[in-house]
Amino acid sequence: MRKKSIYSVILIVAFWAVGSGIVLAEELALLTWKGYAPVNLVEKFQKETGITVKVTYSNNEEMIAKLRATRGAGFDLAQPSQDRISSVQQQFKIYQPIDLSKIDSKQIIPSMLEAVKQNTMVDGKPHAVPFCWGTSGLVVNRKFAPNATDYSDLLNAFYNGRISYRLKRPTLIALAFAAGENPFAKYSNEKDYEELMNRIGTAMIAAKPFVKSYWTNGDALLESMRSGEVHLAMAWDGAGWKLHAEDPNIDFVAPRSGALGWIDTFAIPAKAKNVKAAYKWINFMLRPENAAAFTNAEKYGTASNGANQYLDASVRANFERCFPMRHIANIKWYPPVPAKLESIEGKTLDKVKAAQ
Amino acid sequence: MDKNGMHDRLRWGLLLFLTPVFLWLVLLIVLPQIDLLIMSFRVESGYGDSSWSLYNYRQFFEEPIYWLTFVRTAVYSVLVTFLTFVVALPVAFYITKVVHPRFQGFLTVLLLLPFWVSELVRVYGWMILLRESGVINHFLLRMGLLQQPVEMLYQDATMIMGLVYTSMLFMVVPLISALESLDNSLIEAAYDLGANMGSILYKIIIPHATPGIVSGSIVVFMLTLGNYLTPNLMGGKNSLWFTEQIYNQFIASFNWNQGSAFGFLLLFLSSVIVWLGLKLTRQNLRKVVQ
Amino acid sequence: MMQIDLSVQHVLKRFGDFTAVNDISFDVESGRFFSILGPSGCGKTTLLRMIAGLAELDSGRIEIRGKDMAGISPNRRPVNLIFQNLALFPMMDVGANIAFGLQRRGESKSGIREKVSAILDRVDLAGFESKRIDQLSGGQKQRVAIARCLVLEPAVLLLDEPLGALDLKLREQMKVELKKLQAKVGTTFVYITHDQSEALVMSDYVAVMNHGEFEQIDTPQNLYSRPQTPFVAQFVGDNNAWSGTIRNCEGTVGEIETDDGFHFRSELHQPLPVGAAVDLFLRPESMLIQPDPSLPDLNRFEVVVRSTLFDGANSRLLVHPVNAETELLVALPQTHQYDYIQKDDTIEIGWATPSGICFPK
Ligand SMILES: Nc1ncnc2c1ncn2[C@@H]1O[C@H](COP(=O)(O)OP(=O)(O)OP(=O)(O)O)[C@@H](O)[C@H]1O
Ligand SMILES: [Mg+2]
Repeated sequence: MRKKSIYSVILIVAFWAVGSGIVLAEELALLTWKGYAPVNLVEKFQKETGITVKVTYSNNEEMIAKLRATRGAGFDLAQPSQDRISSVQQQFKIYQPIDLSKIDSKQIIPSMLEAVKQNTMVDGKPHAVPFCWGTSGLVVNRKFAPNATDYSDLLNAFYNGRISYRLKRPTLIALAFAAGENPFAKYSNEKDYEELMNRIGTAMIAAKPFVKSYWTNGDALLESMRSGEVHLAMAWDGAGWKLHAEDPNIDFVAPRSGALGWIDTFAIPAKAKNVKAAYKWINFMLRPENAAAFTNAEKYGTASNGANQYLDASVRANFERCFPMRHIANIKWYPPVPAKLESIEGKTLDKVKAAQ
Repeated sequence: MDKNGMHDRLRWGLLLFLTPVFLWLVLLIVLPQIDLLIMSFRVESGYGDSSWSLYNYRQFFEEPIYWLTFVRTAVYSVLVTFLTFVVALPVAFYITKVVHPRFQGFLTVLLLLPFWVSELVRVYGWMILLRESGVINHFLLRMGLLQQPVEMLYQDATMIMGLVYTSMLFMVVPLISALESLDNSLIEAAYDLGANMGSILYKIIIPHATPGIVSGSIVVFMLTLGNYLTPNLMGGKNSLWFTEQIYNQFIASFNWNQGSAFGFLLLFLSSVIVWLGLKLTRQNLRKVVQ
Repeated sequence: MMQIDLSVQHVLKRFGDFTAVNDISFDVESGRFFSILGPSGCGKTTLLRMIAGLAELDSGRIEIRGKDMAGISPNRRPVNLIFQNLALFPMMDVGANIAFGLQRRGESKSGIREKVSAILDRVDLAGFESKRIDQLSGGQKQRVAIARCLVLEPAVLLLDEPLGALDLKLREQMKVELKKLQAKVGTTFVYITHDQSEALVMSDYVAVMNHGEFEQIDTPQNLYSRPQTPFVAQFVGDNNAWSGTIRNCEGTVGEIETDDGFHFRSELHQPLPVGAAVDLFLRPESMLIQPDPSLPDLNRFEVVVRSTLFDGANSRLLVHPVNAETELLVALPQTHQYDYIQKDDTIEIGWATPSGICFPK
């Protein structure tokens, strides 16, 4: 009897040791986009700090839903776009303010840092710092669609069956700009915005027959552009440049009515367990050589100050080719999205998807 | 000991035995649903504050795209269930009655094989086969049967095929167990009494297998109705499935209240459909569950 | 000359290397009760299934009312089969079971209803239409199965051990009923069984089957009294068996010396040369207990009583010859005449020459 209880104590201790062993090896739970935590950087980080990074891939909407479901627990660091932070924070309180004193701000392009600070300000405190930026625009196969220059071509019968885009809010915004409107100016007026969205939705439904597919997965889009199934898509610049490296016929095109500029950030969830590691990862990723490694791989612009010197020539060439000064000036940066708009947009998108 | 005391003891024993089961049901299944149920009856007005309302449920009936999507999803699910049955019955019959018993196990395992990989992988497999630049088109072009590649994906027919494929197992397994208990001599007797294949099927096989058919159909119907991946990936641009609408409410529109209302409507309406199906086929659930 | 309802000619069936039915031929006249009697596994069911069309023949020919059945599927043959397990349809009530075949023929609803109630009347189940199958007793199921086939008025009704599942009492009763029913409806019955008493009681003719072959086709009386093969002699009714050698032969009467040293005179099946080895069979009732000394020409010998096997009219004595261990059964008529016989008594047994059944080995 005695022996048995001794064994069970040993067993319990053993389990506890194994279980806590996993906890003891310091860990950073990161909620981010595909490609934002390249393996070589994760390994480098672990070598430097001993912290293992556990990565979960997601997108803006799912990030918010996940954190909302747990009221900001389960992850130590998230990477939402800057326009999707302030109203979400006001409603659901899923982030904690960012402590700029723990950020090596010399590493960040000042204007970008300032913009993100302002846009994520809730109760007088900033909630995010920038990580990278990019634009949404057109990805075009020049062999088949040499004349595609604006979002309106996504509704063009000429490309019948060769068009692909996401059924997500950027598409609605883009088509609104292409229709000569300024949707951002209508953010504050629900009624006007709803009317605008209805108009865009109707146009999308009318042009639905020309669409090949509404893509949902970045890899799937790349594959259908590569195989020639799709000639014209709305996608991120980085995706277009990745394809350009494989097939020079395919390239990103900044649309006439302006590429849509986004900035992805670092934000710390309200109930993060390992806040210290989160700051370490932020500073690590914004270090010029690391930020450049990321940009070289994924082609997105970086918020890191001084990363330029480490960039590949081809990556610099992408920016020079596609973003001459007039295009840069024409980029439409997303302002913070007020609450409620998502419902309006969601309904419009549902209608488009349901239309036969 | 008198009979009453014995009875009492038994009752207490049963109660003691059932308590953990009951707790498990309440804690893991009912409680989380209650949270969602409450949410479905509330609407948020602006920032943070909310009030009781039936608005979310009204939305479903007042906004045609919502209930039309549900109707479409339900009709397609019924169709998928029926097609699955039509495909699964000969398969189950072949495995139980035609093939040598030695190969029965092997064939059943073969049937299970696709289910060893996740649904996502299976659907991607189909996509690789069927897409415009996919394997099947490649071969058809090579053999000269096609001049132009055709897009086989992103069509309702393809989506239905994918759903039938995904559901097959859940129909075949109950059918196999139902048909296994069917005495071969009943089929032979019917044949001997002058029945042809059709009347053997309608008079003997289907009535005998009805409990299996009904339980398989309920499972397939529910799974199809609740499927998200297959309609979404294989159905393409026209394939709005009701689950996708729930997902959109939760994820894209941040409208959890509307999303949970849709969730409960799905639960309720699908139960009604199953109940109607049982009534129409004059089955009762107790018999089927046995 | 009577019409031949069923004619089976040189039918052969193999399962792999195993020959289940080996070159069997027989004819059944219209209105006969024909039984096939044989031990389990001898191929009875296989033969019946071939007649019904549920199994293919490897060679041979089956004719029903003069029509070759080759290539005709079971649902088109004018025969019906009652299965070993009856195979009533549990998903239908009694009425629907019986109406099943008629509906397949597309007969009118009212006609079907009339026929069903008439046939139920025939099998003494009037008014049973709406009973469920699981509400019936064993004997009632039996009769429903028969009614389900008879209502179709088949040329030949095939029955595969239909009484096998019943208890003894019911079986005895059904035996008689079945025979009466057959006489009443006049349908040709082909009945298979491994129970000799069923075959003997009911049939006009019995075929004894063994290892896929028919040993003898005959009336029950002849099978019993004049078996043509040792297998029939042993399988039909009880028999005492000796093996021995012919010592002398005059016509069809021979003198046999058994291996345990007796000298018997017995009727031979055919004349045999001196020295031939033979099997000698003797029915228990052929042996007389303490025969009158005045009776001539009896084979007499002394035996010791081992025990009395009481079985009513079928009671026997178990005895062995004084100087041998061979066990013999002797019929013990229940006339109180032999009540004095006790265990270990020595008594005299005698049997007449014509009672011996003798085959060369
Ligand atoms: N489908 C089959 N495949 C192989 N062998 C078979 C098959 N059906 C029957 N047999 C064999 O043929 C022989 C005869 O079988 P059958 O069923 O005709 O016997 P039976 O005389 O009806 O016996 P019982 O009185 O036990 O019903 C048996 O040895 C059996 O093992
Ligand atoms: Mg048999």
